[in-house]
Amino acid sequence: MHDRGGWPTQAPIDRSEHQLADWELLVDALVGALGRHGVMNVDELRRGIEGMPPDEYERASYYERWLYSVETVLIEKGVLAPRELDRRIGG
Amino acid sequence: MRYRGDQRVRIAARLHEGHHRIPGYLKGKTGRVARVHGSFPNPETRAYGTDGLPRQPLYLVGFAQRDVWPDYRGPAGDRIYADVFEHWLEEA
Repeated sequence: MHDRGGWPTQAPIDRSEHQLADWELLVDALVGALGRHGVMNVDELRRGIEGMPPDEYERASYYERWLYSVETVLIEKGVLAPRELDRRIGG
Repeated sequence: MRYRGDQRVRIAARLHEGHHRIPGYLKGKTGRVARVHGSFPNPETRAYGTDGLPRQPLYLVGFAQRDVWPDYRGPAGDRIYADVFEHWLEEA
């Protein structure tokens, strides 16, 4: 899902603020730490988000997209094994 | 830097596989260089884990909204600006 600018829509823009959950703050911190340690940069993060299947992209919240991308890119790099996170959380 | 301030430029209309940093709605559109930002690591190669070097010149380019959106009904002077790397620009 990528390059959506200019697509026609009738849907109103949701401008409401919301309190971030703890896991969202952790995802933000994780991306910052991965960048500072040279493991993964923000352009890779963006590519990983753009590469999500459109239906998953539409369902996911902002930080769910970040997390999806982090997992995808870290698997690409061999930092994580495929499905390693699922196994560790018993999924 | 191949282009200078106020120079007319056109966004290349070519296709591009993979991560790229040009909005589709600007491809083929003509605008003017509003500012020369300097040179920066290329996000299109950084997105694949490289260092993005050599740095690429980056410009702020302004377009008339009426040139970008065929049915734009706002004032004629309205403009839209985008940061564009040099490899997406052509002389116009």
